[in-house]
Amino acid sequence: MTSSRGLTRLSAHRMGAGLRAGEFSARELLDAHLSLIEAQDGALHAWVSLDFERAREAADRADTTLVAARGVSAAPRDGSTPTLDALPRLLGIPVALKDLVVTRGRPSTAGSRILESFISPYDAHIAERLDAAGAIVPGKTNMDEFAMGSSTEHSAWGPTGNPWALDRVPGGSSGGSAAAVAAYHVPLAIGTDTGGSIRQPAALTGTVGLKPTYGRVSRFGIIAFASSLDQIGPFGRDVRDTAILLGTIAGRDERDSTSAPVAVPDYAGELPSSDDEAAASLRGVRLGLPRQYFVKGMEPGVEARVREAVAALADAGAEIVDVDLPHTDYGLATYYIVAPAEASANLARYDGIRFGRSVRGADVLGNYLATRGGGFGAEVKRRIMLGTYALSAGYYDAYYLKAQKVRTLLKRDFDEAFAQVDALVAPTSPTVAFPLGARLDDPVAMYLSDACTLPVNMAGLPGLSIPCGLSEGLPVGLQLIGRAWDEARLFRLGRAYEAITADAKWRTLEPTDLRALDDPATPGPMERVAIMGR
Amino acid sequence: MIAERPARTRYEPVIGIEIHVQLRTASKMFCGCSTDSVEAPPNTLTCPVCLAMPGTLPVINRRAVEHVLATGLALEAEIPEVTRWDRKNYFYPDLPKSYQISQYDLPLSARGRLTFDTSEGPVIVSITRAHLEEDTARLIHQPGADGQRVSLVDFNRSGVPLMEVVTEPELHSAEAARRYAEELRMLLLAIGASDAAMENGQMRVEANVSLRERGTEPFGTRVEVKNMNSFRSVERAIEFEIDRQAQALDAGEPLSQETRGWDDARGVTYTMRSKEDSHDYRYFPEPDLPPLRPDRAWLERIRAGLPELPAARRARYRDEVGLSAYDAAVLAGDAGAVALFESARNADPGLSAKRIANWVTGEYLRLAKGAGPESTTSATRADGVQLARLVRLVEEGAISGTNGKQVLERHVATGEAVDAIVKELGLAQISDERPLVAAIDDVVAANPTAVSDLLAGKTQVLGFLTGQVMKATRGQANAAKVRELLERRLASGAQGPTEGAPAGSTGDDPGSTGGPLGSTGDDPGSIGSRD
Repeated sequence: MTSSRGLTRLSAHRMGAGLRAGEFSARELLDAHLSLIEAQDGALHAWVSLDFERAREAADRADTTLVAARGVSAAPRDGSTPTLDALPRLLGIPVALKDLVVTRGRPSTAGSRILESFISPYDAHIAERLDAAGAIVPGKTNMDEFAMGSSTEHSAWGPTGNPWALDRVPGGSSGGSAAAVAAYHVPLAIGTDTGGSIRQPAALTGTVGLKPTYGRVSRFGIIAFASSLDQIGPFGRDVRDTAILLGTIAGRDERDSTSAPVAVPDYAGELPSSDDEAAASLRGVRLGLPRQYFVKGMEPGVEARVREAVAALADAGAEIVDVDLPHTDYGLATYYIVAPAEASANLARYDGIRFGRSVRGADVLGNYLATRGGGFGAEVKRRIMLGTYALSAGYYDAYYLKAQKVRTLLKRDFDEAFAQVDALVAPTSPTVAFPLGARLDDPVAMYLSDACTLPVNMAGLPGLSIPCGLSEGLPVGLQLIGRAWDEARLFRLGRAYEAITADAKWRTLEPTDLRALDDPATPGPMERVAIMGR
Repeated sequence: MIAERPARTRYEPVIGIEIHVQLRTASKMFCGCSTDSVEAPPNTLTCPVCLAMPGTLPVINRRAVEHVLATGLALEAEIPEVTRWDRKNYFYPDLPKSYQISQYDLPLSARGRLTFDTSEGPVIVSITRAHLEEDTARLIHQPGADGQRVSLVDFNRSGVPLMEVVTEPELHSAEAARRYAEELRMLLLAIGASDAAMENGQMRVEANVSLRERGTEPFGTRVEVKNMNSFRSVERAIEFEIDRQAQALDAGEPLSQETRGWDDARGVTYTMRSKEDSHDYRYFPEPDLPPLRPDRAWLERIRAGLPELPAARRARYRDEVGLSAYDAAVLAGDAGAVALFESARNADPGLSAKRIANWVTGEYLRLAKGAGPESTTSATRADGVQLARLVRLVEEGAISGTNGKQVLERHVATGEAVDAIVKELGLAQISDERPLVAAIDDVVAANPTAVSDLLAGKTQVLGFLTGQVMKATRGQANAAKVRELLERRLASGAQGPTEGAPAGSTGDDPGSTGGPLGSTGDDPGSIGSRD
C-alpha cells in the first residue's frame, strides 16, 4: 500500500496501472493530490481556482467505470462494458488546466481582472476530450495575464513560486501548470505556448513540456493571445506521461479551421518500453546543434548542462551536426510585432458589453476606457499598444508585413536545417529560474527569456523541453525541435535521453523547496515579493 | 427640391455604387445559428461564436462562399487562385469581436462587369470586386426605465453573411445608378444568392457621388450617400446630391469629403460624418481562417449550376415569346413571375406564351406587388398549372376576361384551384344562346324606350342594352355573344323570342363537351369535370 503522499510521486502511467490493478481508487488518488494542494498552495500559488467537489464526483464516476471493467475482465464479457485494457489511459488521472481553457459553468480568467466575473457557457475542445477520457480536473492554474509574460508575475492574481526556490519565478506564461506538476499537485497539466510559454516554464521547473505543431491541437475554447502562434500542449514529469496527454488532446476539430486533419499517432504506445531499447534508438539519429542558440546572455551553467546532454546523446550513438539558423536574431523582433498585432485584435472583444468586467463611463467611449483601462494590466496594455501601432495606416508595411516576410525566412532556416538532420537540440531557456521581480521592470530582459523558443512558434514547429540537470541547484531544460507533425520523434528522443541518464544523481532529487511548502509559516509569493521589496 | 437643372450641364456626375446584400443561407457566416432573424425575439439566435465569447473561433459557411463565387461568375469576374479573410478593426457595441471578418486585398471575385438598360440605351459597368463579410448586431435606441435614453443590442443579426459588390466610378446618372442596383438585384434573385429585399435591409445601397467639369478627367470631391431604402430613393438621393454639389460648385463653395444620409421624408441628404471621423481599420489577415483556394472543379460545378441570367432571359422573352422589351424586362425582373410563367407554359404548351406572359406581367404582378411597388420576388400561392387553366378558360370563352381577373385574384390569395373558384363564384361565362336569349328577352321587354331608340338608329343604345344583359347575368354572359344576339334580334325587327340559334357557336368551348356549360348561371360545375 502506497502512502497518500507516495501516490502523488507516481507517474501518470503508473497511476493508471495502479487504478486498473485496484491498488488504489481514483478517489484515493485524487484526495492524495487535493490534500497536497490544500496544504501547500498558500505558499506556492499555482492555482487560481479549485473545484474539489466536482473533481471528487468525477473521481467517483471513474471508480464506477473501473469497477465495472474489472468485473468484465473477471467474468465473460457482455460486450457493452469496456475491458480494463480498453479504458482511456487518463481515466481517473488528475490533470490541471491553465486558466485560459474555458470550461462550462466554471471561472476562466486568463489571469486577468477583466475576466474576473466571466463564467463560460461552453467547454473548450480539449476540456471535452479530457472529460471523455475520464481525466479529473481539480482546477485552473495561474498564468501571466492573457499568456503575455515569461514569469507568471503578470497575473492579476499575483505570482506563483518555483518549487525549486520559492523566491524565484516558475517561468511563464504557463507557470502555474509547471509549478503544480513540479510540486506533485498533479501528474499532468495543460499549458499553452505562444513564444515559449510551455517549454520555458518546463525548463525552469524541471518538468517535461511540449509545444505541438501549430494545428495539432484545437484552439477552440482557448482564450486567444496570438492566433497564428498559440498552441496547446502537455506538461508532465516524464516523457511518456506527456505523450499520453498529447495523445488525448490532439487531432482535428471542425470548430478550429486551423486544426489540421493529420493522423495522430499513439505517441505513448509507440515508445520503447525498456531503457535499453530506448537508448538503442539513438543510434544513427542525426541531431543538429544550432550555433545561434548558444550566444550572448546564456548562463555558463546552462550552456554546460546542455553541452553535456548533447555529448551524452552523441555517446549513445547520435550523430551531432552543427547547423545554422541564420535569421534567429530577428526572431524576437518579428515576434514582438506579429504577436502583439494579433493580440490587439483578439483582446478588443473585452469591451464590457456582453460579459466580464463592465464599468460605466459617461458615454460609449467612456465605458471602453473605464472597463479596459482598469481591467487590463500594464504588460497587456503595452502589447495592445505595440500591436495597434504596428497595424496602423502608414506603418503596416514597415512592421507587420515586413515581420511576416522575416517569418518566412525563419521558417526557411528550419526547412534547410531539417534537410540535413532529424531534429535540433538546443537550450530551452538561456538562464535558470530568475528571482521574483528581477525582470519585472525591464520588459526587454523579460522578452529575452524566450529567445530560444519563439522562433519555433514563428515556424509552427513542435518543440519539447526535458530536464537535463541542475545549474546552481536549479533545473536546466534541453529543447528538442522537430519537423512539423513529428512530435512522435521528439518523444522518442526525449525518452532515449531519459534512458541514458536514468542513473544521474539529479534525477533522484525532488524540488528543493517542497519541504518549505509544507510549513504553514512559509509566506505566499505575494507576501514574499513584499518582503523582498523591503 | 432643388431644381436648377442648368447648372448640371456644366458638370458630369461620377457615381460608384457599393451594395451589401444578405446572402441566402440557413446559418450564419461563422457559426450554426439561424439567419432567419425577421421574426425571432431579440438575442435568441446567438451562440458563443457570434457573441464573441472568449476562446471561440470562426468556421466559414461554405454556402455563403458559393453564393459569392456564383455571383462573381455571373458578373464575368475573375476568381483568384487564393482568397483570404481579413480583420477590420473598430470598436462599437454592435460589433462583438470589435473586428469584422471581411476581405481586404484578396476578395473572392474581382474585375467583373454588368450590362443593364437605361432610357438612354444599354450601359456596361465595371465591377471592382465582390467579397464576403459578416453583418453586425442591431442597435435599438429607446428610453429606459429611468427615462434616460438607452441602447439595446440584438445579436440575432450578428454574423449573418453579407456580400459587398462594388462598382468602378463609371456611372453618370441617378437613373443609371438605380438601374444598376435593380439589375444586380434581379441577378442575385435569379441565382438565388440573396432575397435582396431593400425594405428589410437585405440589400443596402450606398452611392459615392462626385462631379467634375464636363470634358475633364480628375475626380471631384466625393460624397458617400447612405440610408436609401428603396430603388426610388436611390435615384432621388443621387439626383438631389448631384444638384446640391452642382449648386455648391457654381457658387464657388468648397465641398467636403463626407458621408451623408438620405432623408426620404424631407427629400434631402444631410451630413452624417466628415472625413476627419474616418477610422483607421488596421486591416490584417485573419489568422483564425486559412486562405481559401477555390478548386477549379468546384468553380465549374458552380458555373454549371448557374440559371439563365436576367439579361439572357429578357432577350429570350423578347425574341422567342415576342414580348415588348418593357414586358420582357418586367417579367424577367421578378423571379416569382418567371417561375409562374415558365410553369404555366409547361403545363399547357398549346397556349400562346405571349398570352400567359400578359397575364403574369399585368394582372399577376399587380396583385402580387399590391403591398409595395418594390417588394422582392413575388411570393404568392399562385401555381403555374392553375394559371394555365385560367388562361385557357378565358381564351376559350368559358369565363370572361374580367371574371378571369377576379378568379386570379382569389387564386393568388388562397391558392385554390381555378375551376373550384369559378364554380364557387358562379363565374362560368354563358355563351350558350338559350339562356342568353331568355335574358335578352327580359331586357328588351323591360326597356321599350331604349329598344325603340335603337330601332330609330341610335346605335349607341346597343351598348346600354348589352350592359343590362351583362348585369342580369351577373357578368357571366359572353358580351360579344350578347351583342351579336341583340343585333340579330333587333335587325329582324322582331320583339319576340329569337329561335334557331346556331348551336355550333359554342362548339369549341371546353366546357360544352362535358355538359351544359353556361346553360344556367348556377351550374358551371362541368368545368370541374375536365380536371
